[in-house]
Amino acid sequence: MSVLEARGLAIGYRHRPVGEGIDLALGAGEILCLLGPNGGGKTTLFRTLLGILPPLAGTAHVLGRPLDDWPRAALATRLAYVPQSHAGLFAFTVEEVVLMGRTARLPRFATPSAHDRAVARECLERLGVGHLAARIYTEISGGERQLALIARALAQEAIVLILDEPTASLDFGNQLRVLKEIDALKARGFSILMSTHQPEHALRVADRIALLKAGRIVGQGPRALATAEALAALYGADASEVARSLPQLARA
Amino acid sequence: MKLAGQGTALRLAVLSAPVFAALLAAFAFGPYPLSPAEALAALWAGPSAESDAATVVWQLRLPRILAGLLVGAALSAAGAAYQGMFRNPLVSPDILGVSAGAGLGAALAIYFGLSLAAVQALAFAGGLLAVAAVVFVAGQVRRHDPVLVLVLAGVAVGTLFAAGISLVKVLADPSVQLPAITFWLLGGLNAVASGDLGLAAPLIAVGLLPMLLLRWRINLLSLSDEEAAALGVNVVRLRGTLIVSATLITAAAVSVAGIVGWVGLVVPHAARLLVGPEFSRLLPASLLLGGGFLVAADTLARSAAAIELPLGILTALVGAPAFLWLLARTGRGGA
Repeated sequence: MSVLEARGLAIGYRHRPVGEGIDLALGAGEILCLLGPNGGGKTTLFRTLLGILPPLAGTAHVLGRPLDDWPRAALATRLAYVPQSHAGLFAFTVEEVVLMGRTARLPRFATPSAHDRAVARECLERLGVGHLAARIYTEISGGERQLALIARALAQEAIVLILDEPTASLDFGNQLRVLKEIDALKARGFSILMSTHQPEHALRVADRIALLKAGRIVGQGPRALATAEALAALYGADASEVARSLPQLARA
Repeated sequence: MKLAGQGTALRLAVLSAPVFAALLAAFAFGPYPLSPAEALAALWAGPSAESDAATVVWQLRLPRILAGLLVGAALSAAGAAYQGMFRNPLVSPDILGVSAGAGLGAALAIYFGLSLAAVQALAFAGGLLAVAAVVFVAGQVRRHDPVLVLVLAGVAVGTLFAAGISLVKVLADPSVQLPAITFWLLGGLNAVASGDLGLAAPLIAVGLLPMLLLRWRINLLSLSDEEAAALGVNVVRLRGTLIVSATLITAAAVSVAGIVGWVGLVVPHAARLLVGPEFSRLLPASLLLGGGFLVAADTLARSAAAIELPLGILTALVGAPAFLWLLARTGRGGA
């Protein structure tokens, strides 16, 4: 069964549709990687799948239940969103940032309990960054912030994760660290939909890939779908240039 | 200076000490100076004691001190809420035009020669009206960042109401009404009678209640709307609730004290440096520091010079340099 499924989804805003006819299915325990050029509609698609932007047409289901049937808080206990590592504004501690992931599980007027704090610390430990708990979120590195945001999603105890370019603007070492944790999350049974600008990252972690261009899914299938020709067409680049940059790609 | 890691009790004790010092000074200083011991003795003796000191402390100073605590705490709480919600540590409680609206209401009431109670009532209504206009206009705009739209609408509506104030000032009688309007706009607690607090205090309490109850969730409003929503928060409803309660608090405070600037900007900022941005700690710290700060400023206003200085001038004189110092000390505005 698909944990996250879009059928004939049209996305965008009333006066500015961004895409249509989007069919996408994320299977339980798999990693589906979305590739596509800037402005192709990845962010809009994510906003729609998170229930933040209403679809213009078509349907989206989370765990078999229509998206608009999910109450906000209940959805957050199943589906978590990991934004791109951001600088943050106020000097929250890393533990406080992770604790925000517990919000959907708290009664409306409650503050996090000792149990919630324990969960938050455990989530940081699991990602190998337990030592950051008392640090100030705005003062740690981009890679550490990305791991903290992943820990926040783990603290939600959701089973489906949507990751928006988790390796963007990280240095090489931190990219590898984040990719390794994404592998580990899959091993622990999470279902993951992620976007990336780096096809080699998709090839490394994804079970399947989907190619999104100008608001349409132009290809969806196993990793082998990412041929030099397919990527060249997707990004409007030259196939031999793509093959030179990514020698590990299969040639069609 | 960072108290975030300390126990709650210790933290509150550290923050309470300057507040108690300010209270003691407020009871002692003034045109009829008392030693701290005399002030405490007069307080202890009760309101019905037959002495000049008791009359001064109970009849004159206590209402003002209570008003100072209330107004300072209210403006600081509203400022803390707005700064978090608008993701900007340099925001003050009148970001949505509440001061300009209240100013116009008060100016009109003075222009038409209404009673002091009517001045307060119209100031309160004007403040609510301005924010309602801002929220309504912002609600009509889609496809833009809602926070940005609110701030821009606040600037525009604030300007509109400020123009209204200027117009009333031009039309007002220059010998009586104009000074009254000007002093009202400069803010002060000199006209506060204990009866005024009976109205403002419950309004402020009602406004504080949602902040207190939702103190954890309010933290999430300082994230992007998408993130907060994905974490399970109904962003529109939570922000709406907070705008209503912060507006109620600010309008009630402004109706009592006039426009007292800088408190709502500087105090939450300082409180954040002391206890961190987490709202369930930031709110009590802002309430305490704000109350203490305004009581201290008002004590200075009524005892520093032969005439009483307008409170708004003093809070700006103290607040702006304090703010610059805090800014320079932390090296960046985001703390």
